[in-house]
Formats: sequence, structure tokens, C-alpha cells
Amino acid sequence: MKQLLYVMPGALFGAGLVLSGMTNPAKVIGFLDVAGGQWDPSLAFVMAGAIAVFGVMNQLIHRRSEPLMKGKLPGQWSDTGVTTQGLVGAAVFGLGWGLSGICPGPAIASLASGHVEIFVYITGLLMGMVVAQQVFDVDAPKSADSGDFQERLGDPVAS
Amino acid sequence: MDWAHFTPWSALLGGVLIGLATGLTLLLNGKIAGISGVLGRILRPQEDDSFWRLSFLVGLALGGALTVSLVPGAGAMVFPKTGGLLGILVAGVLVGFGTRYGGGCTSGHGVCGISRASKGGAAATVTFMVVAGLVVFATRVLVSGGAS
Repeated sequence: MKQLLYVMPGALFGAGLVLSGMTNPAKVIGFLDVAGGQWDPSLAFVMAGAIAVFGVMNQLIHRRSEPLMKGKLPGQWSDTGVTTQGLVGAAVFGLGWGLSGICPGPAIASLASGHVEIFVYITGLLMGMVVAQQVFDVDAPKSADSGDFQERLGDPVAS
Repeated sequence: MDWAHFTPWSALLGGVLIGLATGLTLLLNGKIAGISGVLGRILRPQEDDSFWRLSFLVGLALGGALTVSLVPGAGAMVFPKTGGLLGILVAGVLVGFGTRYGGGCTSGHGVCGISRASKGGAAATVTFMVVAGLVVFATRVLVSGGAS
């Protein structure tokens, strides 16, 4: 039963992606093609709609102290600052997105479409993620041994 | 402007559903629904939450598939021809690398980040939008000599 509550938001997200047109690479490219004579600004409405709804929900949800199921709420506001790594990563992402018109969510939402391009794209996606994680140590687990280190040091007050 | 393909209402509806889904993910599970992160942290887990991640992604694929089969006209997919399958593979690698190295994608930085007043998220969103736009422009110029 709780599995349904894990699946359902994902399904709603997937439905939103399809209905919005984000799963159509041609539509994404049409949105990015600002300078072309055939600019399609539709996808701006996708992000606007999503931010409007989630922006409000984020505020309301943080009146609670914890989520409805097990887990913890992250802080109400993000504390992610602007970093060189962040900008470089965004630029590389933008390069791939501009070349294909596909980003991660729409790719997964389109898995059942049977298009070979989606399988090829996801293969590349996984490869790229692994490189970032293994070669550049991205997504490293939070230092799990900081607690142990402290224990090994001993309580600094009681010596 | 491409008025023939302009679909503001379905785009807005889709965006509202995405926002709602993102909110539900936060409310139910305390998680940020940035898709590159949901997937990426299965490859390199930081907590014991892979079951939630896999379930979410299964839902993503299911929701997409159901919508295509139930909604007339939904689910059209036209892929760029330039570069063929190798181009798509390279694009995937760039997106996979860039989204994890930079810590997010359109949903992670654009929707979640901006909604949560993330300076990094806003900067990332502007960056990937501008770069992607330049790439599309360059591709058009190089491939068809500027014709659209």
C-alpha cells in the first residue's frame, strides 16, 4: 500500500510531462529556438505553472515538522549557492539538452514508447552520471564516519 | 512565432500537474523531485531510499505511458535527425554528467530550486537555458545554413 504512495506522485509527474509536451524533443527544441522564425514559447508555461503550484505547496508543507510518511523534511528554503561547479554542470547539461531536446524526466516518462532513441539516450545518461560520480566524486555519501571519528577522539570535555 | 504549435493551455496544465506531483513528493516523502537526483542517487545511494526512488521512476514511466494511451493526441515524439543515434548517445552522456556534476536538471534546479529560492538553482536554470538555446541556434545555422 505504501508503495502506491511512492508510485502515485511519479505517475502524476509523468502525466504532467506528457500533457505539457515536454516529452516531444521537437517541441523542446522549438522552445529553445528563440532566434528562429518558428519560436514556440509553450514550455515557458510549463515551468511557470509548476513553480506557481510547487512554490505555494512548499510553503504550506513546511508548516509541518515532518512528511506524512517516514523521512525528514528538507529546509523550507534551499541553501544552494552559485558555484563554479554548478555553473559548469549546468552548461554541460544545456549542451546535451540543446543537442537532443531530451532531459532526464521526459526520457524516463517515455520508456514505454519503444523508441530506440530513448533507450540510447538513457544508456548515455547512466554512463554520464557514473562518470561524474566515480571520477569526480559527485553524490558522495555524507561523511558517514564523522560520528565514528568523534567517538574515536573521545569526548573532548571528559578526558 | 510558431503560432501553429503554440499550446499554452496544455503546457500550463502539464506544469500544474508537475508542480502538484513535486509537492506531493515533498509532503509524503520529504523528498525533492529533481529527476536527475532521483535517478542518480540510485546509482550512488546516500541513504536507504532506493526503494522509494525506483518506485517513483516506475511511476514516472507508468504515468507517461497511461497518459499517452488515454489522451488522444498525446505522446507525439519527433527526434532531431542531426547526429543520429550516436548524437543522442553523446547528448545523453553530456546530460548525465552535467546534471549530476551541477546537482540538478530542469525539475531539480528549475522547478524545485527556483520555488525554494535557490540562488544556485536560478543560476543553473539560466545557464542551461541559455546554453541549450545557443546550441539549438548553432545547430540550425550549421546544418541548414540558418533556415528554420
